Amino acid sequence: MSRAKAFLIAALVLLLGKRRSKRELPEHRIVPPGSPQRRAETLVLLLFGAVTACGVAFIVVYAIDQLGHQTQWLGLALGLAFALLALACIVIARRLVVTEELAEPYPEDHPDEVETIEEILDESGSRFTRRRLVTLAGTGALGTLFLAALTPALSLGPALDTRALTKTPWRRGRRLVDESGKPIAAADIEAEAFYTAYPEGADRELIGSPLVVVRIGPGNGGVVAYSKICTHAGCAIALYRKPTFPDTQPGPALVCPCHYSSFDPARNGKVIFGPAGRPLPRLPLEIDRDGNLRAAGNFSGPVGPSWSGVRQRGARS
Amino acid sequence: MIRRLVRFVDQRAGAAPFVRKALRYVFPDHWSFLLGEVALYCFILLVATGVYLTLFFEDSRAQTVYHGPYKPLRGESMSRAYESVLHLSFDVKAGLLMRQTHHWAANVFLAAIVLHVLRVFFTGAFRKPRDLTYLIGLAMLFTAFLEGYLGYSLVDDLLSGMGLAIGYAVALSLPVIGANLGLLLWGGPFPGSPSFFPRMYIAHVLIFPLIIAALLTLHLVLVASRHHTQFRESPKTTEKQVVGIPTFPGQAPRSLGLMFAVFAVLFLLGGLVQINPIWLWGPYHVGEATNGAQPDWYLGWLIGALRLVPGFDLTIGGYTLVPNPFWGGALFPIVILLVLALWPWAERKVTGDDAFHNLLERPRDNAWRTALGAAFLTWIFLGFMSGSADRVTVWLGLDYAAQIWAYRVLIWVVPVLVFFIVRRTCRELVAWERIQSDVDLPRRHVE
Repeated sequence: MSRAKAFLIAALVLLLGKRRSKRELPEHRIVPPGSPQRRAETLVLLLFGAVTACGVAFIVVYAIDQLGHQTQWLGLALGLAFALLALACIVIARRLVVTEELAEPYPEDHPDEVETIEEILDESGSRFTRRRLVTLAGTGALGTLFLAALTPALSLGPALDTRALTKTPWRRGRRLVDESGKPIAAADIEAEAFYTAYPEGADRELIGSPLVVVRIGPGNGGVVAYSKICTHAGCAIALYRKPTFPDTQPGPALVCPCHYSSFDPARNGKVIFGPAGRPLPRLPLEIDRDGNLRAAGNFSGPVGPSWSGVRQRGARS
Repeated sequence: MIRRLVRFVDQRAGAAPFVRKALRYVFPDHWSFLLGEVALYCFILLVATGVYLTLFFEDSRAQTVYHGPYKPLRGESMSRAYESVLHLSFDVKAGLLMRQTHHWAANVFLAAIVLHVLRVFFTGAFRKPRDLTYLIGLAMLFTAFLEGYLGYSLVDDLLSGMGLAIGYAVALSLPVIGANLGLLLWGGPFPGSPSFFPRMYIAHVLIFPLIIAALLTLHLVLVASRHHTQFRESPKTTEKQVVGIPTFPGQAPRSLGLMFAVFAVLFLLGGLVQINPIWLWGPYHVGEATNGAQPDWYLGWLIGALRLVPGFDLTIGGYTLVPNPFWGGALFPIVILLVLALWPWAERKVTGDDAFHNLLERPRDNAWRTALGAAFLTWIFLGFMSGSADRVTVWLGLDYAAQIWAYRVLIWVVPVLVFFIVRRTCRELVAWERIQSDVDLPRRHVE
């Protein structure tokens, strides 16, 4: 107990006591002297104490399991700790540290050195008689080697064979299924509603898989299916008409929420607004004996975003 | 004690002269010089929080089913990448704090760089001998755009996937080589081969940060070797002489204070202000998208440009030469980069001014540059604004198509107006100052 008391007193003396500099000030100084700023010094000590408290708080909050809003408390503790630390630095900078104004000449360029370097380079090649030829051959050798070193990068993907872009899992007779894998009956497709369909038994995470199915007229012939992937930038067509078109505008539109390309399902997926340059590929449908929707072939064109020459290609299974 | 330590280092590294010089390096004082520093401190915090995130992230698009504590997503099929970020956000203590702070730091990082570039541009700080420093800064800015994009693409929530789909479309839209490049980068048609996420991951956590760190080092070395620019504030500040406070003791606590203040703001934001609530977006699947999707702010100009371009692919006799996303997604940023990068050389050519410039110009001192810069900035900013037209439709009920048509006109008209207004303003300000100084003759004589 008494030892603790002694420590406490010692700490207080250290903290508050007036310290006398034992050394005599040297006559020549680099940094000019400043007068003591005890209040600012005390403020800095208090701020450091507060930073310590915030640090402790962070550890405590971390340790308590059943605390609600832990992220918020952790952020508050850490943020405050840094804020107080910043404040301490600012007090030190503005009140405690001598701020001198120095002037220094800007560096200049070195024309003599430049000349010397040029001379060294020039004079070093006196043994060469066919300088330009050697330079040319050397450049060619290094350039080729550089290209050779880059060649393995082609292994990253099928860069030279772009046929993969046109492949889709759809083929004649493949059933359309909904998100839960159930077949979709043509009669269940209602007007003014929007259905997503996938190819039965195929990978859904392919750009050629997802479809939008909508009704544009009565009966079996009124159901149409399009690729759900926008021909502009490859996002999924997730909107049916809104918010691009006010209710007063005639006809519904399939709309991509990324850049609002809008396609008319009643006119073979024609672009009616937005940046898309190509109609939405349409999937021909047929209806089987159970009344369920099946593909009657592949899409009317390549699915997804365009590339140079896209119009010369067709979708293939 | 200090002497012994310094001697130890000096005898082994011969560093004493360098350290002495560094301690007395002169920093001119102006608030706008701090913007670059803010970016630097954001980068430090990005690396620190980013390292923590890597310890939990899984770079795989393999599908799995969620069984974690967030009830609305239980039983949903999602990628392991997205699941690992949900785990980090809900199950790892301090995980969400680190993730949100990382995301906020990225946003502030880009904001600080953009403001820094604007400061450098409008004060002519890019002029010789600092044109190379400026180019390296631009390279960092554009690397940072890509780095940020990769960062939020890795999460594989719905926003990530939509962003990646757009990136893929832009890659595919490059004339002639697009299809090859897209397939190469993604390892196959979108959403890519199983290698794609690991590739993106290594690019985000190693390759791009290394590039930024290397450029940053070079940038700072060049800044220090030519010294800072300064405004003409007193007769002592001249083209030949830099005036300011030394690194130590004057600048060090100021810079440290700024660093801690940046950390404070970012951790407070990360803890208290929600950013990118990935659990609300849900997992990405190729066949899904959502309305109201917006990228991080620093890519807003690109989504705006993609939305503004009228719907056409450039075709020649039925052959598609340039698909549509090229204009807004590739040409627009390339033009901006080229204009910014070539500006110092273009200005030198036009003005014939090949001298060293250590003194900064105030924007009004160079009416032509300021006006052209303001017009250029307006052009980009209107692209940015048009990217939010869909939100304006939701909030204010303005017709979306009408807004886009308005922007298609305004983006060419307003910059021209801005040019003339700004040029006139600069000239008037200078003229007004001249009148003031004629009245106030004594002050004029001091200069």
